[in-house]
Amino acid sequence: MKHEWPLWEVFIRGQHGLNHRHVGSLHAPDAEMALKNARDVYTRRNEGVSIWVVEAQHITASSPSEKGPLYEPSESKVYRHPTFFDIPDEAGHM
Amino acid sequence: MYAQMVTSEATQDDPQKLAQFQARIDAGEKIEPKEWMPEGYRKTLIRQIGQHAHSEIVGQLPEGNWITRAPTLERKAILLAKVQDEAGHGLYLYCAAETLGVSRDELTEMLLDGRMKYSSIFNYPTLTWADMGAVGWLVDGAAIMNQVPLQRTSYGPYSRAMVRICKEESFHQRQGYHIMMKMAQGTEAQKKMAQDALNRFWYPSLMMFGPSDKDSVHSAQSMKWKIKMNTNDELRQKFVDQTVPQAEFLGLTVPDKTLRWNDEKGGYDFAEPDWSEFFEVIKGNGPCNTERLAARNKAWDDGAWVRDGLMAHAAKKRAAKLAAE
Repeated sequence: MKHEWPLWEVFIRGQHGLNHRHVGSLHAPDAEMALKNARDVYTRRNEGVSIWVVEAQHITASSPSEKGPLYEPSESKVYRHPTFFDIPDEAGHM
Repeated sequence: MYAQMVTSEATQDDPQKLAQFQARIDAGEKIEPKEWMPEGYRKTLIRQIGQHAHSEIVGQLPEGNWITRAPTLERKAILLAKVQDEAGHGLYLYCAAETLGVSRDELTEMLLDGRMKYSSIFNYPTLTWADMGAVGWLVDGAAIMNQVPLQRTSYGPYSRAMVRICKEESFHQRQGYHIMMKMAQGTEAQKKMAQDALNRFWYPSLMMFGPSDKDSVHSAQSMKWKIKMNTNDELRQKFVDQTVPQAEFLGLTVPDKTLRWNDEKGGYDFAEPDWSEFFEVIKGNGPCNTERLAARNKAWDDGAWVRDGLMAHAAKKRAAKLAAE
């Protein structure tokens, strides 16, 4: 009989007020053990105040070959940035 | 190093794709798991990262040997924390290797049946408490020499694992040197133990960097791909230059009668280790090879019922949850 424990991706909130951030992955039989293992593997030096684990197979990722078509549309829309608009200094802080 | 004598795999890919790939690496871009990469790059990395991971795991054994015999409760807690870190380092690296399409179980099995290697250094025994000092100071010191530049390696997951590892590694070296300081300033017998540990670990530590550049024919491709950042001899020289003054501070003598400062090159001249010993250890004939592999195999076999039992428990809980819905 051969079954490898599934792979989990680990996300940690470093301090209050910050987003959870991907820190790595680990193997565990279920979510509860994945959390416990994440505590041992990724927070040995107070690196976090909250942990998320998600089974890697449930993550849908964009494909690197789509990089062009996926992000190109935003490249030509420079007016989305505030620096596009020239506002005279006399108008005051904006 | 922790990964010694990793030969680069030949690659037979489309020359145009290869050139584009090389251009990305030259521009300092990181390569990420799902992106195109030459087969040789992928295979070489699996071997190198896998060997590095195995070294972290097997590296727990020589130090684990002293946990129950640490001289004080504080030293015991520190050593436990260090050995636990090594397990963590192994796990970061296994995860990085897995992003290249090899499974954890495959990696483990290749270690257990000898198809994959781990660093030669862990085939030496730890005979006295002073060895815990020498291992932290010299072995982790040599590892840091290699790992600091590898933080800039071209493969994203490997580089990120190295960043985490380097943050934790400095504690390992300093705790080792601290043990050496205590021993070297202790009684005559303690000082003798410290000197003896240095005598036994000096040359095996120099071997960690792998054979001399003139004999490592495979580094060129790996350096081009930025999965090896410095040559073996460069790192070895850096290690000696850094370590000799530390030995002098301890009042200990490096076991090399030819050791001399060379003003011209701005570094020490030193004797090479006995490379025939190195190749014997790599081949499996070091003092502890059999013991180390037997310990890993026993842990894997004895743990099988736990791994299977926890999977069965998880399946049962899932089924019960589904039934309740």
